[in-house]
Amino acid sequence: MALELIDSPDLMDAQKREGSWTLNFGPQHPATHTTLRLVLQLDGETVVDAEPDIGFLHSGFEKLGESLDFNQYVTIVDRMNYISPMANEIAWHHAVEKLIGIDLTPRCKYIRTIFAELMRIHDHLLCLGACVLDLGGVTAFMYAFNEREAIYEICERASGQRFHTSYTRVGGLLYDVTDDWVAMVRKFVKSFPRAYDDFSGLVMKNRIFVERTRGVGLLTREQAIAGGATGPVARASGVERDLRRDEPYLAYNDFDFDICCARGGDCYARFQVRMMEMQQSIKIIEQAIENLPGGPIFVEDNGKSGLPDKTEVYRSIEGLIHHFENIMPNRQMDVPNESIYAATESPNGELGYYIVGNGTFKAYRARTRPPSLLHFALFPLMMRGCMLSDVVAVLGSINIIAAELDR
Amino acid sequence: MVESAIAEKFATTKFAWSEFRDQKRVVVPAERLWDLLKFCCTELKFNQLTDLTAVDHLETPDATDRFEVVYFLLEVESGKRLQISTFINEPDLVLPTATNIWSGADWLERECYDMFGVVFKGHPNFKRLLLPQEFASFPLRKDYPQQGRGERHNFPVITRAEG
Repeated sequence: MALELIDSPDLMDAQKREGSWTLNFGPQHPATHTTLRLVLQLDGETVVDAEPDIGFLHSGFEKLGESLDFNQYVTIVDRMNYISPMANEIAWHHAVEKLIGIDLTPRCKYIRTIFAELMRIHDHLLCLGACVLDLGGVTAFMYAFNEREAIYEICERASGQRFHTSYTRVGGLLYDVTDDWVAMVRKFVKSFPRAYDDFSGLVMKNRIFVERTRGVGLLTREQAIAGGATGPVARASGVERDLRRDEPYLAYNDFDFDICCARGGDCYARFQVRMMEMQQSIKIIEQAIENLPGGPIFVEDNGKSGLPDKTEVYRSIEGLIHHFENIMPNRQMDVPNESIYAATESPNGELGYYIVGNGTFKAYRARTRPPSLLHFALFPLMMRGCMLSDVVAVLGSINIIAAELDR
Repeated sequence: MVESAIAEKFATTKFAWSEFRDQKRVVVPAERLWDLLKFCCTELKFNQLTDLTAVDHLETPDATDRFEVVYFLLEVESGKRLQISTFINEPDLVLPTATNIWSGADWLERECYDMFGVVFKGHPNFKRLLLPQEFASFPLRKDYPQQGRGERHNFPVITRAEG
C-alpha cells in the first residue's frame, strides 16, 4: 500500500512485465553518498532500465536567493556542492560581479584562482576515493582524505572555516591571506605530487578497479553534448571544452595548463580525466602562488573600497561607519536592471548562475544551473545493459551531489 | 551572423534582440518558439541546451506578461551562446517540448513545471521532478510565500505497520 503512494504507475507496470523485476536502490544506501533513489528494472542481473527519483534534499535554495542579498546568499550556495564549497561561492560571485560590472583586483583574482583549483583537487579526490570505497577498496579513500585534510586547513587559515567557508564577497574576499597561508599552499604544492603518485598507483593500476570501470557506463560524444553534459563527464567522452580556456575568467589567462580529455566515454575514462586534472590544477596553483600580486583585495566603488577589514570595524568608529555605508540597503553598489548568465568551470562541470536583477542588491531570480542535474538525467542512458554491480561505479563516476541536484 | 540568419529564415516574425555584457538575447513569440529552437539546433549548430528556466514577472514594474521562459543555447565547438526567451500568461501556460531537439531538456522542463507550472506539451515523461507528485502549488512563483503553505506539516505519515 505504502509503495503505491510513492511509486508512479508506470513503474508498477514495468514490474509486472514478464521476466523482469524491480529493485529499489536508495534513498538510504551507502553508495548514493547522500539521498537519492533509483528504481532499477532488472532482467536477472542486467539493468534494463533505471529511473532516478530525486528531490529528497530539495530545500528551496533558489527561493532563498530571492530574499537574501548578494553577500548573504553566499552562505547558501556553499551548501550546494558541499564537496567543493568554495567553487560554488566563486561561481556565484562571478555571476554577481558580471551583472554589476566589477573587474576584480589582481590579488583577489589570484587568490580565488588558487582556491578554485584547490577545490578541484578537493572534489576529485573525494569522488575517486569514495568510488573506490564503494567498489571495495578502503585504502585509497584514506589516502585521499589525508590530502583533503591539508586543503581543509588551508581553507581554515584563510577564512576561519574548514568547510562552509563563505569566503568571497561581491568585489573581493572576506579577509586577505597571510604569509603563513602562502607557506601552507607552497607546502601543499610540494607534498601533493608524492601523495598523488601513491593514490594513483592504488587506484588507476588496481586490477579490480580497472576491470570494474573499463567499458562500463558508456556515453558517446553526441549523447554527452545533446544531454548537456559538461566538465569531466563530457571531456571523458571526447568533448574538448573547458570554460577556463574557452571563456577565461579570474586569472586563468595568465597560466599555462592543459585541458584533459579522454576518448573512452566509460567510467575509467572519467576517472582518468579527473586524475589528470588534479595534476594540471597543482600546476596552476604553483604558478599562481609564486606570482601572487600584492595590493588590495577589494575593488573601489564610488570612492568606497568594498568592505573594510574586520579589525578596523570592531576597533574604530571610522571603520564601523565605513562598514555601515557598505551594508545598508540603500547605500550598496548600483545594480543594473538586467539579467545575466555567467558560468565557471566547477570541478563537476559548468556551474552557471542566471541572475535577474531589479536594481536592488538582491536577486529577483537566482537560478542555479547545477552540473549534477544534467549528468544524473543521463544516468539511465549510461546504465542500460550494464550489470547491477555497475550501478555504484557509474554513480561514483558522474559524481552526483544530491544537495546540488535538488537544491 | 546568427541574427541575420534567423531574420532571413523567419521573415514574417518579429524578434526583439538585445545585448548585455556580450550575451545575445532574443525574445520570440511562443507560437514560433519550437521552430526557432529547431532551426538553431539543426542549421545554426547550437548543439547543447545549457539551461532552461523561467522567471515570474509578477513583481516586475511595467511587465506586461507574467512568465518568461528562457532557453540558454550553446555551440560546444565554438563556445557561441544564445539566449532565447518567450513570454506566456495564465491560463495558457503551455509550450512545446524541446526534448525532441535536445535530450537534455528532459529534466530541465520537468523542473520548470515543478517550480512554475509551465506545461511542456509532448514531453515523454511529464511529471514533477523534485517535489512530491501530490504537491499542489508551484513554489518559485512570486505569489507563493517563502514559508510555504503548511505542506510540510501535512505530509502523509506512513507507519511501519501499514507498510
